[in-house]
Amino acid sequence: MNTRWMRRSVDGVFITLTGFAALLILAMLAAILGNIVLHGWERLSFEFLFSAPRQGMTEGGIFPAIFGTLLVVLLMTLAGVPLGVAVAIYFSEYADRGSWLYRWSRQAVNNLAGVPSIVFGLFGLGFFVQFAGRGIDHALYGGRLTFGQPALIWAALTMAILTLPVVIVSVEEALRTVPQSLRDASSALGATRAQTIFRVVLPQAMSGVLTGGILAVGRGAGEVAPILFVGAAYFLPHLPSSLNDQFMHLGYHVFVLSTQSPDVEATKPLLYATVSVLLGLTFLLNLVAIAIRTRLRLAAAGNR
Amino acid sequence: MNMSATQPFPALRTQVRAAAADSGAPAAVTGVPKMRVENVTLRYGARAAVEAVTLPFYSKVITAIIGPSGCGKSTVLRALNRMNDAIPGFRIEGKVLLEDRDVYARDMDVISLRRRVGMVFQQPNPFPKSVFENVAYGLRVNGMAGTRAELDQSVEQALQQAALWEEVKDGLHRSAMQLSGGQQQRLCIARALAVQPEVLLMDEPASALDPISTAKIEELMFELKKDYTIVIVTHNMQQAARVSDHTAFLLNGALVEFNPTPQLFTTPADERTEAYITGRFG
Repeated sequence: MNTRWMRRSVDGVFITLTGFAALLILAMLAAILGNIVLHGWERLSFEFLFSAPRQGMTEGGIFPAIFGTLLVVLLMTLAGVPLGVAVAIYFSEYADRGSWLYRWSRQAVNNLAGVPSIVFGLFGLGFFVQFAGRGIDHALYGGRLTFGQPALIWAALTMAILTLPVVIVSVEEALRTVPQSLRDASSALGATRAQTIFRVVLPQAMSGVLTGGILAVGRGAGEVAPILFVGAAYFLPHLPSSLNDQFMHLGYHVFVLSTQSPDVEATKPLLYATVSVLLGLTFLLNLVAIAIRTRLRLAAAGNR
Repeated sequence: MNMSATQPFPALRTQVRAAAADSGAPAAVTGVPKMRVENVTLRYGARAAVEAVTLPFYSKVITAIIGPSGCGKSTVLRALNRMNDAIPGFRIEGKVLLEDRDVYARDMDVISLRRRVGMVFQQPNPFPKSVFENVAYGLRVNGMAGTRAELDQSVEQALQQAALWEEVKDGLHRSAMQLSGGQQQRLCIARALAVQPEVLLMDEPASALDPISTAKIEELMFELKKDYTIVIVTHNMQQAARVSDHTAFLLNGALVEFNPTPQLFTTPADERTEAYITGRFG
């Protein structure tokens, strides 16, 4: 009798504790979002979203930073997703599990996922800017400084490497969900491996491939550390117009506003509003991607 | 041990007689086979799944391979269109011949082999595409699609052959996943027929289907027999007795008996065959 009562009350204590932990998470999110949105709301306006900073960033808007963020995320996706999909296809469809290439590249992906993002930033500076960029300048521009400096393209590529493991793992999972029987059916009809992959496996796995893209975009849009040294600018009077231009970035702009402002009180509302936009943009990118994925899933479900 | 003392299933005997009566005189095991396996041993790693099997598969004949689970019947079937190739550790000794070409010869193009030797699987596995696209798939990947009109015609013809046309002609562009299991399996047969194979391999094609759908598939096999070499693997002895002309009985990776079906089921040459068909094991 006594033991049963004991066991029940232990259960009760645990339910309370774990429930409280869950509530705490909710409270944290509410505090962060509430604080930001409440303070940022009043400064949000059409003008804020679509004009450039003025008066030493105590006035005006953040359009160049929004533009730069979207651009670098777009370029990152274009560079990273195809590479990630290719690696995932190799892992899931072609690789011999015992081969050294599979084992070593698999290990490389795992390790890549664990590298801190600031290290990617330094790598980008050393490899892309100093090595690749300078190399291009020497080879094509007679040594004139063109690509051998922080630039949009290097930031996008650095970010692509950072997000690569996310893309690879999620696309690979998606490919694994395609039943082997469909691959068998295809090859039994005389299709080559490549035909099977492009006509049967990839279309089936499309929503998973998109999920990989979404996760990459979600991760990339919020990261600042990897682009600190390779292209993000403190302030630019013009929008980037070529791949070797620098760019403004929302995350970096937040950092600039919060640490480099000449007038903290004047900058504060701008800072709140900028953070709101950064959060909103990340949510929006995710929402769009989730909507596409849901539509694809529904279309696939209609097939069942 | 004297096996003949035990009475075989009376029902089975009746069905065998009926099938034999339908197809006239039992087909003799003679002539030049369309495909044959010669002294074939198939291994997965160190384990031999099939050992020293020799079998002929004749044109316009349905050959059934029967035997208990794990006897290697599917392995033999999959050796005929090299579907085992992708399995790590798979090795083959001996010869698999399509007419007089060694299927495992180095200069054999697996892609064109599989076009000539089609396959239908145990579980209906249509692509999650439309009915039309399922049938057109093999034509497209083999560069046989031709013009739109030609493609339409090939698709219709394949669906007619698989006795599915009447049921799907008004919904060709609907998803194949909306068909019933039996329809899906006939679609898979149509898909295999579309690329005009010479041999059709069927790996327990009705084991996932209800009796009515099974009857339709069997009826269809009788029709297809007129044009194709058909090899069917089945664990269902009644089915083998009903549809096939020749039957091979495999046990533990070895061929026990190969004979015309009525003979194998009524006067089996080997005690183990008799024990199996009378239901004493397996």
